[in-house]
Amino acid sequence: MNMYEWAETIIFFVVLLALVKPLGTFMARVFQGERTFLSPVLVPCENLLYRICGVNRDEEMDWKRYAVGLVLFNLLTGVALFAMLMLQGILPLNPQKFPAFSWHLALNTAISFMTNTNWQNYSGESAASYFTQMFGFAVHNFTSAATGIVVAIALIRGFVRRRTTAIGNFWVDLTRCTLYILLPLSIVFAVFLVSQGVIQNFSAYRTVPLVQPVTYDKPKLDDKGNPIKDAKGNPVTESVTAKEVTIPMGPVASQEAIKELGTNGGGFFNANSAHPYENPTPFSNVAEIFLILLISGALTATFGRMAGNPRQGWALLAVMLAILVFALGVLYWAESSGNPLVAKLGVQGINMEGKETRFGLAGTSLFTVATTGTSCGAVNTMHDSLTPLGGMMPLSLILLSEVVFGGVGTGLYTMLAFVVIAVFVAGLMIGRTPEFLGKKIEVREMWMSIITVLVAGILVLIFSGIAMVVPQAIASMNNPGAHGLSEVLYAFASMSNNNGSAFAGLNGNTVFYNLTGALCMVVGRFAPILASLAMAGSLAEKKYVPPSLGTLPTDKVPFALWLGLVILIVGALTFFPALSLGPIVEQLQMMR
Amino acid sequence: MKELKPAILLFIIFTIICGGIYPAVVTGIAAVAFPRQAKGSFITDKGGKEIGSSLIGQPFSDPKYFWPRPSAATDFAYNAIGSGGSNSGPTNPDYLKTVGDRVKALRDTGVTGSIPADLVQASGSGLDPHISPEAANVQVARIAKARGMSEDEVAKLVAAHTEERQLGFLGDPRVNVLEVNLALDAAK
Repeated sequence: MNMYEWAETIIFFVVLLALVKPLGTFMARVFQGERTFLSPVLVPCENLLYRICGVNRDEEMDWKRYAVGLVLFNLLTGVALFAMLMLQGILPLNPQKFPAFSWHLALNTAISFMTNTNWQNYSGESAASYFTQMFGFAVHNFTSAATGIVVAIALIRGFVRRRTTAIGNFWVDLTRCTLYILLPLSIVFAVFLVSQGVIQNFSAYRTVPLVQPVTYDKPKLDDKGNPIKDAKGNPVTESVTAKEVTIPMGPVASQEAIKELGTNGGGFFNANSAHPYENPTPFSNVAEIFLILLISGALTATFGRMAGNPRQGWALLAVMLAILVFALGVLYWAESSGNPLVAKLGVQGINMEGKETRFGLAGTSLFTVATTGTSCGAVNTMHDSLTPLGGMMPLSLILLSEVVFGGVGTGLYTMLAFVVIAVFVAGLMIGRTPEFLGKKIEVREMWMSIITVLVAGILVLIFSGIAMVVPQAIASMNNPGAHGLSEVLYAFASMSNNNGSAFAGLNGNTVFYNLTGALCMVVGRFAPILASLAMAGSLAEKKYVPPSLGTLPTDKVPFALWLGLVILIVGALTFFPALSLGPIVEQLQMMR
Repeated sequence: MKELKPAILLFIIFTIICGGIYPAVVTGIAAVAFPRQAKGSFITDKGGKEIGSSLIGQPFSDPKYFWPRPSAATDFAYNAIGSGGSNSGPTNPDYLKTVGDRVKALRDTGVTGSIPADLVQASGSGLDPHISPEAANVQVARIAKARGMSEDEVAKLVAAHTEERQLGFLGDPRVNVLEVNLALDAAK
């Protein structure tokens, strides 16, 4: 790293960490119903909403009712988006006249946005209308983010409350999260992104002349739009000269802000945050990385404050930060070392395939670990073209169940499941009572934590295995050999953990990947959510056990180290065999 | 199903607020505060006609122009409606052959020494408007010869269109290919 890159990285983390406490405290106040500086404006809006919807803001729910509301709401949003995609052709705000999605692509996409995954088997600029982008995708970016956050809040309440069944009101939590947290931050950052060059308009696509016209071979199509093939089965092409180019437009900045803030990650354009209209400058780049990590980082402080033990929040954040910085270091080193096979051709420098010039390697590496440590999945470089060891970092961060900051809310509740497991295992090893924040950890909590932590891993291994024997699935690979396995492994890791980034060479728009992926996304999302809510319910009912000499302190360095170790061991035991057949083998082939 | 009513109504209300009002508000503020950027950072000629965007690269292969980075956009290089990268893995033989061909094409124009990586490896967006200053420098001699300009004149135009690190430390220095090529045409 040169001194500029050190400065960029260090200043970034200093600013991020400086905002953890203020935002975390603000969020705690919002969810505890206290007054904030936004209250004078928003309380009347909030009350009006509750009146229209018939919500009693003071009525609390037990975990089952909370879960019913959550599932019902999400189901509704998913069905609405599916319908919107199937009807796209006849809906308004469609200046490019894009037709409806195929049924399996619509299903995959609806589930993808409902589950905060934003896996995209379509290209935004050539398939999705402005109506779909705004009223479909952007709305889901808000609702799915809020869903994740409120589950984390409900789980915190479970730890904090005593001898009650009440864990909060889903409708109130959802409304406050959207109005007080997501919307204000999105508006501010969307405007900032426009200042950097992110577009925000409703124009039809623009056409400009090319300074130098370009001639290329275009596959000939028959009347039905299928490629014509010659006697040998090769596609017939004709030489075409393009004298002008069409430049896509749209309300991008508003989508971009919530896409990063809500760790959604679904790009307006196919190239996602590598596209100059989504991420035009180095400054917009660090701002987007900042948004990706902001809420998840601050939620640790929300947790610390609500639990009455800020140190406990910092301990969780320290574990996350340590793993993130380690992955960042390895990724930067692997990419700056470059590709020896390309160096042999007389090319000098870092591996630039799939990277943009303007961000620099520090800005590119930081974005990559941030987007995969969280469940964001936006990309500013093509992960498929990273060096094998470099590409293993985003893949591994996803496979660690996305607890390195993690998705908004999802990161915290998954981390708390790891804490429960770590407390339990440590308790067994040193003969202490397994308890956390004064709550005894018993069989039920262990079951729920294990479901939260292991469901995604089980899905990844089973479906990657199935894909290896299905010819249609193998045909989707874009690269031969070990790299092809990495593409498939990455796809199922990404969908099961609701990340949404891809080794995008893999052609995911097939019936096989659309349907298996949809299943992975639903189970990978809702099994941990329901397990966390069930755990919240059972914890809230327990009585408080005051700390004694037998209590393991969980807010000190030894426990933080232990927690980090548990996360890494669970990840390594589950995935080491698969990783050694994919990226590790390929790295050795490349170095040979 | 006591929860059905709030589920439906809240979903409708959030759709209106987050899907309609929010983008409309941002569009309104953007149109007033940053109209040029909101519309796409277009470059206009003297008559006010849009001739390109300073953020969206264009394909160049003529020796008299600076060549941009290779582009893996669909159909043709720098097709703005088909953004995307090659997604080639680092050990893919087809990919290594492609890079080798690009190196050879540069060698044929008289480039000696090692080749800057960004000039032979495709960008992520396929629309990258920039190249590194090193990638511009290895092309200066070719362009000067093709245009009958001195290398100094060309190098000066490169320097004039080099963007430094933002705020002094963010990102990498870079040359805007479309802008420098338009400047070349204007100069000669």
